[in-house]
Amino acid sequence: MNHYETVFILNPVLSEEQIKETVKKYEEILVSKGAKMISKENWGLKKLAYAIQHKKSGFYHLFEYTVAGEAINELEVEFRRDERIMRYLTVALDKHAIAWAEKRRNRNKKTA
Amino acid sequence: MSSIEQQAKGKKEGEIRYLTPLNIETAKVKKYCMFQKSGIKYVDYKDPDFLMRFINEQGKILPRRLTGTSLKYQRKVAVAVKRSRHLALMPYVADLLK
Repeated sequence: MNHYETVFILNPVLSEEQIKETVKKYEEILVSKGAKMISKENWGLKKLAYAIQHKKSGFYHLFEYTVAGEAINELEVEFRRDERIMRYLTVALDKHAIAWAEKRRNRNKKTA
Repeated sequence: MSSIEQQAKGKKEGEIRYLTPLNIETAKVKKYCMFQKSGIKYVDYKDPDFLMRFINEQGKILPRRLTGTSLKYQRKVAVAVKRSRHLALMPYVADLLK
């Protein structure tokens, strides 16, 4: 089991319900692969630094979880097939990154 | 400027001589690696505002010789900036960013 973090950008034309559905779908994919979700973050609609697919904004979502490495491949295949996903990035976290992520979570909790 | 007497005594014409040493700051301010100084172990790609310090107006990554970052952290900064660009948190090309 390794520690991972995934950020993905959803198409801004989606309705709120479709977004919830998409996020839920990927969460279920991860859980079905035996992942343990550590945190989910919704950054909301953000402006992009440059246009992707002629769109200037997108819905950012962040997952943090532990899962066996093989599951990442299957998750990314799903991302690539899905039109609703404009961009994604999965990063393996080392011990410093895990410590940072935890600190960040606590900080966000305080402000929220 | 040299005084009229000094010039008259055959010193070089128009040679500039100062009676008191000039007050010019010559001591250089030493650059330092801000990661090592403030004990940051991980460079976060999700924080574009912080990474702004390490890019120039065109969005290019600044060299170590200008920012003073140590080699270990310069590599991490470079990776973080590139990840941040991929997620459209930072631009690949820009103009008048600052």
